[in-house]
Amino acid sequence: MDIIYSTWPWYVAGPLITLTMFLLLKMGKKFGMSSSLRTMCSIGGAGKLMDFFKFDWKKDAWNLYVVAGVIVGGFIALQFLSPTAPQINPDVVAQLQELGINSTNTEFLPTELFSIESLLTVKGFAIILIGGFLVGFGARYAGGCTSGHAISGLSNLQLPSLIAVIGFFIGGLIMVHLIFPLIF
Amino acid sequence: MKKFLSFFGIGLFLGILFIKSEVASWFRIYEMFQFKSFHMYGIIGSAIVLGIIVVKYLKRNQSKDFNGNEIIINEKDKGFTRYIAGGIIFGLGWALAGACPGPMYVLLGSMLPSILVLILGALLGTFVYGALRTKLPH
Repeated sequence: MDIIYSTWPWYVAGPLITLTMFLLLKMGKKFGMSSSLRTMCSIGGAGKLMDFFKFDWKKDAWNLYVVAGVIVGGFIALQFLSPTAPQINPDVVAQLQELGINSTNTEFLPTELFSIESLLTVKGFAIILIGGFLVGFGARYAGGCTSGHAISGLSNLQLPSLIAVIGFFIGGLIMVHLIFPLIF
Repeated sequence: MKKFLSFFGIGLFLGILFIKSEVASWFRIYEMFQFKSFHMYGIIGSAIVLGIIVVKYLKRNQSKDFNGNEIIINEKDKGFTRYIAGGIIFGLGWALAGACPGPMYVLLGSMLPSILVLILGALLGTFVYGALRTKLPH
């Protein structure tokens, strides 16, 4: 049971992600998580307002089935299969302490950012909402996210995906190294 | 129903994988952008290297999918601006929220209301992109 309860190492997780991509290709689809956000906007009626959301979303209903599975899988794994929190590099633990984040190595997510107490502050609410907004906006602007570009696109040796992934890292490094010290 | 169950099953597997490999943990993303652990690079790197082999194999053998249709992997449109600009915006959000779209759904399982706000933000971002699309450089 150790195999299930402990952290899955990279050399297990990476190939399993490839397996997922392979299965989706064999099912006549592709591996990309962010398109489901567009599908949901369409279902919500955004197609009445703009052409970008005017498409036959029923054809894309499969990505919502995947999302439903992901939600249930996440619930099972978080509630029943994860007795230990991610164990992070000690240097990083110290760095986070300086930023005021002390839940490292004890929680799956930093309580300082994700707790209800934090969500009820203007700053805490704004961080979560803006974080989500940037992910949604950026993924559609770039035409894909980590799964669509980094995994699917690079596996197919697509130059646009390489450019997008370089962008992901430029953005991530700017956030963590330049913007975090200003907001925390 | 069979169609639903097969895609749901893949999602279920992926959801457990995102948690057990910790790619859905904010801490792991922060650690990655600090270059302080091989974990995330190992996962993404090995997935890509194996993925290149799998895609090459599928193309060389003109493999068919389970329904007997040829597997066609669409090429991404050529371009630069949209990929770099969209990529940077995505990266800023990825680091701030510590989650990309897949992990956002997974984290609903934590039962934290903040994850609903996170997904709401992502839907809003997608919607606003749709509204501004014709005005943005691509």
